Amino acid sequence: MKIVDRIVNWARLKSPWVIHFNTGACNACDIEIVASITPTYDLERFGSLLKGTPRHADVLLCSGPVTRQLKDRLVRIYEQMPEPKFVVAVGTCACSGGVFNGCYSMLSGIDEAIPVSMYIPGCPASPDAIIDGVVKLLKEYEKSLKDKK
Amino acid sequence: MTKRIVIPVGPQHPALKEPASFDVTLKGERVADILVKVGYNHRGIEKGCEGRPYLHCVYLLERVCGICSHSHSTCFIQAVEELANVKIPEKASYIRALFGELERIHSHLLWLGVAAHEIGFDTLLMYSWRDREVVMDLLALLAGNRVNYTVNVIGGVRKDVTEEEKGQILKAVDILEERTKYYVRVATEEVSFIERLSKVGYISYEDALRLGAVGPTGRASGIKRDVRKDDPYAAYEEIDFDIITDDHCDVYGRAVVRVKELLQSYSIIRQLIKKLPQTPLSVNVPKNIPAGEAVSRYEAPRGEDIHYVKSNGTDKPDRVKLRAPTLANVQAVAKMLENGNFADVPIVVAAIDPCFSCTDRMIVAANDVLSEKENRMTWKQLREFSINWYKKNKGVDFSKIKKSDKHI
Ligand code: SF4
Repeated sequence: MKIVDRIVNWARLKSPWVIHFNTGACNACDIEIVASITPTYDLERFGSLLKGTPRHADVLLCSGPVTRQLKDRLVRIYEQMPEPKFVVAVGTCACSGGVFNGCYSMLSGIDEAIPVSMYIPGCPASPDAIIDGVVKLLKEYEKSLKDKK
Repeated sequence: MTKRIVIPVGPQHPALKEPASFDVTLKGERVADILVKVGYNHRGIEKGCEGRPYLHCVYLLERVCGICSHSHSTCFIQAVEELANVKIPEKASYIRALFGELERIHSHLLWLGVAAHEIGFDTLLMYSWRDREVVMDLLALLAGNRVNYTVNVIGGVRKDVTEEEKGQILKAVDILEERTKYYVRVATEEVSFIERLSKVGYISYEDALRLGAVGPTGRASGIKRDVRKDDPYAAYEEIDFDIITDDHCDVYGRAVVRVKELLQSYSIIRQLIKKLPQTPLSVNVPKNIPAGEAVSRYEAPRGEDIHYVKSNGTDKPDRVKLRAPTLANVQAVAKMLENGNFADVPIVVAAIDPCFSCTDRMIVAANDVLSEKENRMTWKQLREFSINWYKKNKGVDFSKIKKSDKHI
């Protein structure tokens, strides 16, 4: 591996930038995501930073089962993100539709719209679970890089 | 003449935590017009309720909004209990009020942080969210979940408060009260905070009343209204507290009202714990609810929440309709923003503490016929149409009735 690649990979692993998109959630998972970056949980100690635009982000944190109205936006946001990109479905309803299953204006889960790399269940997923999920995702990515070598 | 520019904000935008979209028309730096487009978070919950047993509806309605989940479930359950004609045990009403107040604390602290973030005061965001964890831990301890606690069951509550938990609640309330006193000092002494928020998003008492502002938004314009006092539910009749109002009528007033309400909530919680009676937790309610209609009101952290339930004698509701406080307040936002600065848009919108997942209750099916311009009706046409319809079909003539020129 070239030294440049190694630096890029190191930077990627140590500073996963995150974007949050609410795809029809009930807000509970969203406030838990915000709670996970505030002092008590402090997700930022892993180098991650909440960004405003998809073009800067590596990880897309999605909460909510995707309303039909938002599906196209979600796909667009996903396509704007640079490679390699990861999608994390936060909350039961983002994983499977959860309590909203059967409602007419919903898909049942993020994976019906875009590919998902990590599912974090819980209604709402607690901040510890979210941090655990993001850390596991990074570990997996690190492993896949090593395997490639 | 200054050129008009339309700036789209949303549905994905760093300042918005929820998908909503605004088209802001600017004339120079000033806001000339604002068009709110909601519907991105429409999940069809009201319709979803119709196919579910009442108990399942409680879980679904709790997830209308994760911040005031207890508000929606209590409001719905009150209506169902009225239909079933049951009176819940006293202890249950105390515990409901207790959770209601804990929820108000976490919601107001959350708002304080978000508002501070919108004006670039991130230290306060981190402070208030750190303190918010105290009440979140308490909720996790009492109910087993940090948000969406589902303590309500139809006919009472599912969870008692033990002596040990009482002690922990009181201890947490002491810590929070001390921190809140600090926030009161920030709100009343910190010059940059006061300067940034004063005269921003002004809405007079008359306008707030006319546009139907509720909750802290209305109270900050001097409207002394609070369902907990006006139409007491749960245990609020036996509790002593004040309705906080303010006459600043701007974002600053809204911040002061919320911070002072926190102090009221602490005193309410102390009284609730002290008076907590020893009765059973719930009564049995039959699965099939007798046919009828009921409306119930609840003072959610953001204002008055209204639920309407129509039953048909089976175990599933016939119709559930809810009006969340944000829907009442969102009308006032356009007025608040009139002629304001573009840079004030985020904080003015945040100041009503909007919750679009509460508000997105309906979608308009704009099919081909509707989208043709001439088929849209203005207010006047709609009035004429209804007058003619009643004349033709029902034989009543409404044209004599004078139209109020005060309509919005
Ligand atoms: S998983 Fe549960 S708490 Fe999270 S957004 Fe969905 S319904 Fe709300």
